[in-house]
Amino acid sequence: MKFKKKNNQTHPLTWRIRKDKKPIWIEEYCKKKGYKIAEETLNNMNSKEIILIIKNSELKGRGGGGFPTGIKWELMSKVNISKDKYIICNADEMEPGSYKDKLLIEQLPHLLIESIIIAAFALKAQQGYIFLRGEYIKANINLQKAIKEAINAGFIGNKIFNTKFNFKLNIHTGAGRYICGEETALLNSLEGKRAIPRHKPPFPALVGFLGKPTCINNVETLCNIPGIIKYGPEWYKGLSKSNDYGTKIMGFSGKVNNPGVWEMPFGTTAREILEKYAKGMCKKVKLKAWQPGGASTALLTEKHLDTPMDFTNILKIGSRLGTGVALAIDDKINILSLIKNIEKFFSRESCGWCTPCRDGLPWIVKILNKLEKKQGNKKDIKILRDLCSHIKNGTTFCAHAIGAITPLQSAMKIFYQEFKYSLK
Amino acid sequence: MKNIKKINKKKEIKLTAKEKKKIKKEKKNYKNKNSVIIEALKIVQEERNWISDEIIIAISKEIGVSYNDIEEIATFYSQIFRKPVGKHIIKFCDSVVCYINGYKNIQKKIEYHLKIKPGNTTKDNLFTLLPICCLGNCNFSPTIMIDKDIYGPVSTNSIIQILDKYL
Ligand code: SF4
Ligand code: FES
Repeated sequence: MKFKKKNNQTHPLTWRIRKDKKPIWIEEYCKKKGYKIAEETLNNMNSKEIILIIKNSELKGRGGGGFPTGIKWELMSKVNISKDKYIICNADEMEPGSYKDKLLIEQLPHLLIESIIIAAFALKAQQGYIFLRGEYIKANINLQKAIKEAINAGFIGNKIFNTKFNFKLNIHTGAGRYICGEETALLNSLEGKRAIPRHKPPFPALVGFLGKPTCINNVETLCNIPGIIKYGPEWYKGLSKSNDYGTKIMGFSGKVNNPGVWEMPFGTTAREILEKYAKGMCKKVKLKAWQPGGASTALLTEKHLDTPMDFTNILKIGSRLGTGVALAIDDKINILSLIKNIEKFFSRESCGWCTPCRDGLPWIVKILNKLEKKQGNKKDIKILRDLCSHIKNGTTFCAHAIGAITPLQSAMKIFYQEFKYSLK
Repeated sequence: MKNIKKINKKKEIKLTAKEKKKIKKEKKNYKNKNSVIIEALKIVQEERNWISDEIIIAISKEIGVSYNDIEEIATFYSQIFRKPVGKHIIKFCDSVVCYINGYKNIQKKIEYHLKIKPGNTTKDNLFTLLPICCLGNCNFSPTIMIDKDIYGPVSTNSIIQILDKYL
């Protein structure tokens, strides 16, 4: 397939991106139709209309969970208990192997800001925070500058676009914890506490930041909003090649010739992304397995490459789309050692709240270490299995531990030989 | 729980005018006091390299929250250092893509060159070596971060040249 020429209707997220990859500042952004949609929306639409459009578009959250955004917004809009409402953009991107939000924040900070303004208006939130990963230094610098530009232009502040809408936007940078990406842990962190997940219900839409109604959306999710408002749900659905709608920033990393991320329609197959965009595997290596969207997604193999990349189809073959940025695992990699690396990450990042996660994950790492050194026995594999069976929905407080064991379980299924081979 | 009086007796440390000004500015972004703790810790750490018991007391007085509220945060987040660290912090990404692309060789080279293990500081207090999760730079993997600078892909050769820049 030839690359389609990018325009605002084929690549609503990335069409403005420059060839030299420099950030698009306000002047250029406005020249490229920026803030027009926010202005029209704030002047001509009401909250209900906007939420209905988003609901009809069936936009799903791009942070990894895939929850319908319109439903989240509707839930929030029905809460009338408080004048104070918050919108929070989750930009705490820390999933190993994913770097899609960084691209949007660094190069298109104004698209994110415009999207947040529209979302805030729809949700009647007067204050917003961008919860940004602390290590994203360039993203922080660019966002700060962009926010200043937007304030000076009157797009953030009081009486935006000569309407009655007032909105304040701040950046909050994290201090380094993967669990902050979990929305309720993020709220605790934002309130100046340890980032430990909260019980749901009550959902943040009811009791969120400082106990007030709060909506938390991922960067990429929000960046879809202006396009949907402008061109409508039918256009948005038509962008996709599958039943999950719109475009998605996807890509491949690992030993591929051209690692990176690109905006493409949902339903593009993994093979197409790997071969046409990432330009195939490097010389001297072959594809052994792949993860569709981050360290917490189940391993897949070559035979799954023709599956369309979307939430539904990837689920059908036993994994999750996650962040949509895939990882190619080549045949030079020992699966056991790779899984150990992944488990070590999750064990280090456990918030420590519940025992199966806090104690179970380090135990898994210990066993994998033993197996890697060929010092394990059959009992160790049984313990691994037992540990995995103790970590499931309901035995841990959040999905962190479940995400952690998913790649392990899939590896034990697909590459059992390698586990067996590692016994002493 | 730490005996705060004892810490206080040791040596009272005061925040500088610059630190106070920056914290005050941050305070304006929130309706509650606690939200500013993380930023306050970062502001102070930028000036002093690490967070001592005494400085926690000074911050707690400045923001008006308890010592424990701050300690709870300071020991939870990986960017806050509760012990002295070197002038430059080297963070090597040890997540899965960098694993595939060979971060271990880079780590070994740094360890050999600086004669330290992760978590340690060189004798001359110039470098501290720490692991970190995916820096979102996987398309330029393996990746390292020194202070606020990102490098990638680094090779076992280029890493030495990069370190030399910080001497
Ligand atoms: S599953 Fe892990 S990360 Fe989630 S609450 Fe429990 S200990 Fe914390
Ligand atoms: S895994 Fe190392 S930068 Fe992403």
